Amino acid sequence: MSESGHSATGYIVHHLTNLKIGEGFWTLHIDTLFFSISLGALFLWLFMKAAKSATSDVPGPLQNFCEIMVDFVDTQVKDSFHGRNPVIAPLALTIFVWVFLWNAMDLVPVDLLPAIANLLGIHYLRTVPSTDLNSTFGMSISVLLLVYYYSLKVKGPGHFAMEVLTHPFGKWFMPFNLLLRIVEDLAKPISLGLRLFGNLYAGELIFILIALLPWWIQFTLGWPWAVFHILVITLQAFIFMVLTIVYLSMAHEDH
Amino acid sequence: MNFNATLIGQMITFGLLVLFTMKYVWPPIMQAMQDRQKRIADGLASAERGVREQELAKAKAAQMLKEAKQHAAEIVAQAHKRANEIIEQSKQDARVEGDRQLLAAKAEIEQEVNRAREQLRNQVVSLAVAGASKVLKREIDEAANAAMLDDLVAQL
Repeated sequence: MSESGHSATGYIVHHLTNLKIGEGFWTLHIDTLFFSISLGALFLWLFMKAAKSATSDVPGPLQNFCEIMVDFVDTQVKDSFHGRNPVIAPLALTIFVWVFLWNAMDLVPVDLLPAIANLLGIHYLRTVPSTDLNSTFGMSISVLLLVYYYSLKVKGPGHFAMEVLTHPFGKWFMPFNLLLRIVEDLAKPISLGLRLFGNLYAGELIFILIALLPWWIQFTLGWPWAVFHILVITLQAFIFMVLTIVYLSMAHEDH
Repeated sequence: MNFNATLIGQMITFGLLVLFTMKYVWPPIMQAMQDRQKRIADGLASAERGVREQELAKAKAAQMLKEAKQHAAEIVAQAHKRANEIIEQSKQDARVEGDRQLLAAKAEIEQEVNRAREQLRNQVVSLAVAGASKVLKREIDEAANAAMLDDLVAQL
């Protein structure tokens, strides 16, 4: 499907270039923001519609679906989080559904939306928000901030400092403990963000490579990869959610 | 592939989404699910209670039926007894009445006999007087002899 005159490399690079405005740090990826906000709005619209008409009578299909999601997330939260916190479960639901929708954009044919945008005069478009590091790290850093917020709130600043300095090797290894803690807390958002980004970026790249094949053979690779990707999409959303719950539950517990 | 302000934008979006979910999505759906759970539990409990009540009512009905049968049997027995009593009573009455009528008849017969005897006596007297008067025919003072005759009649 590559346009004539574009080499394969050019095609790939073109597909991996964001639509952006601004310079330097103050650059905004318009496509990432547009798709993630749209998908977030879709999520809220769907679930709020179900929530508004939620009854304890026989539920309709939409309410049924939303209840299944809510119940699924609630079970996950109850399994790994034993404290009482009204934020965790809605947070987990938001992460799961939102990340799932991000990832699901990967199943839209790689050239479809960029081609439509091209007709509208937009020449660069990346449709999968989770292939943008800013998205995945925006979320994982938010989670880290929440972890710190609840650590300080639940344990108190003094107790939290004690934990940072004396865990896991006791008070005689204070600097070492602190260093270990810094590494640990850095690893959390980086692993969260990179895992999601890496999986979806790789998936997207393979879809792009498949799109370079002749059109009559594309389905032999594209179809299995898309089917496999259904699993990846769900799994990555699920992993992100579960790890968030685990990190937050660690923030609530004393060691 | 570098970090830029998009990160901040995504964080703000994420925060807003979580806030909205917390406020408007999670509580109503959770509430509906819990309500339904409670309703189902209540329904099951009341169904069980209904079954138990039905069993209780069945036992009670059987008990009542048994009592009613017993009562009916008692009534029948009592009626039999009463019938026998009535028969006995009427037999007794009949016997007494028969005796009374017999006595009355006997008394009447005796009275009749007495009356007949009296009549006979009177007739005998007048016959005797007639006979005597025929024998004596003459000069007999009827008035003087009447007292003597009355005396005779009394002695009869």
